[in-house]
Amino acid sequence: MSDVIIGLEVHCQLNKLNSKLFCGCSTRQQGLEPNVMTCPVCLGLPGALPVINKKAVEYAIMVGLALNCKIAEHTQFYRKNYYYPDLPRGFQITQYDYPIAFDGVLTVDTDGEERPIRIRRVHMEEDPGRLVHQGSIETSKFVLVDYNRSGMPLLEVVTEPDLRSPKEARRFINKLRNILEYLDVFDGSLEGALRVDANVSLKGGARVEIKNISSYKGVERALLFEISRQQNMRRRGIRVVQETRHYDDERNCTITLRTKEQAEEYRYYPEPDLVPLAVKSWESELKGRLPELPDAKRERFKRQYGISDSHAKVLTAEIRVANYYERVAERCDPRMAATWVADYLKGELNYRDRDIRDAFPPEKMVYILEQLSNGTITDKGAVEVIRALLDEGGDPKDIILARNLAKVETDITRAAVAEVLKENQAAIMDYKAGKAQAFNYLVGMVMKKTGGRADPAEVNLLLRESLECT
Amino acid sequence: MAISVKDVKHIASLACIDLDEAQEERFARQFNSILEYFKELDGLNTEGVEPTYHVIGLNNVFREDVVEPSLPQEEALRNAPKKEKGYFKGPRIV
Repeated sequence: MSDVIIGLEVHCQLNKLNSKLFCGCSTRQQGLEPNVMTCPVCLGLPGALPVINKKAVEYAIMVGLALNCKIAEHTQFYRKNYYYPDLPRGFQITQYDYPIAFDGVLTVDTDGEERPIRIRRVHMEEDPGRLVHQGSIETSKFVLVDYNRSGMPLLEVVTEPDLRSPKEARRFINKLRNILEYLDVFDGSLEGALRVDANVSLKGGARVEIKNISSYKGVERALLFEISRQQNMRRRGIRVVQETRHYDDERNCTITLRTKEQAEEYRYYPEPDLVPLAVKSWESELKGRLPELPDAKRERFKRQYGISDSHAKVLTAEIRVANYYERVAERCDPRMAATWVADYLKGELNYRDRDIRDAFPPEKMVYILEQLSNGTITDKGAVEVIRALLDEGGDPKDIILARNLAKVETDITRAAVAEVLKENQAAIMDYKAGKAQAFNYLVGMVMKKTGGRADPAEVNLLLRESLECT
Repeated sequence: MAISVKDVKHIASLACIDLDEAQEERFARQFNSILEYFKELDGLNTEGVEPTYHVIGLNNVFREDVVEPSLPQEEALRNAPKKEKGYFKGPRIV
């Protein structure tokens, strides 16, 4: 896929703010009735005047700094004119020339290689309303409009066309999301918090814009679909036209919205109701308020806890996982904690398509690891406790009791070994004849007899002792 | 001159305005005379003059991130020509 060229425009709602970008309406709108979080400003009523949320500007600068951008000396807003029912005024207040942050870079891990992806700009804008189509976007006769979302503070992060595969695009978006969550300006788990437009072309071909991809997984899927569409056309000698396509998540395909001939002309002009901003002087103070970001935390984890780079990477990608790990690591062996949080817990969560927020509290993990260290349970038992906690909840102590996960005593293991040896004369003969599998078979039989609760290392030892002595 | 009737039609369609033929010609004439008038500015020497972004000469007007009451739903929808189940109802798009 080396001839694939992808650039992204990622829209992120600054949904940790209390109020909208230009008015005092609340940003908390999950599960609300339509049109209950509006006012004359975000409904675009005549004469209403927007005033910018100071904290939104601070957040925008912090994001710019975290993405290694330059912060503008002078920044201002424009009106972007187009008619669409999601815009109550017939224009969107956004930035055009003079975005608040520009010329940044974010490195993305692509199969072991860290590649820099250049950030062209980061700008502030208001979210339009939400449209509800009756039926699909192609066939619906009219739209229903909910302006609760109108005026939600958005940041648009625009990359240079530096991404080379759908997978790399997904990783970029994940990293961006993680950084925004580190900065505590964004909650990516809320519906519609992050929406992506992607520009895709094959080297030498026309550029197609895919609009309105609204899920993290949708980005990779939409790009894969669009790339294979363009490759098929090229193979059949059909020219790809420059156009905008809409991604349909349910059917996993892209459909034509408009071709270049009807391209939008937005007639941008400076927003006269908002005065320009001169906020570069805030830069140093905000820089001081930036938290430790993923790359720095990864280095510290390696240094402080002596864990591997791959563990440190998994543990620091998301701020919540990093915090979880540190709470376990301060009370257990940090390397053991790394294995159990990064490999086992994350693995079980991924398998269930769940977030660390839906896991059990770190204190329970500490308890499990203590039981593991003092030999009460086996690795296998610990995994079972983790699974049970995730699926049914409860207390690890009770789970160990109820499921009989405590390791069986040595004399029980010893008895099981003796029984197995008595019952499997043939295998013993095979073992003595030099067949290594026969030994594994015997270990398996002992484990079976003890319901998997014997310590495999101990079983090995006891079996070998007995076999050598007979 | 710069603005033709075709340009006027295009601008009218972007602005969602219907014009009749007489209006199209009249607007073309008027647009041209406006542009002609602005051309006088080209004669001025603007060497070393900072661009003007805004006429009030004010910067950095903010509000704090504080929630204020919103309108009740029926107030918000009061002037809507068409509504349904608490939504504004609009024509099909795309």
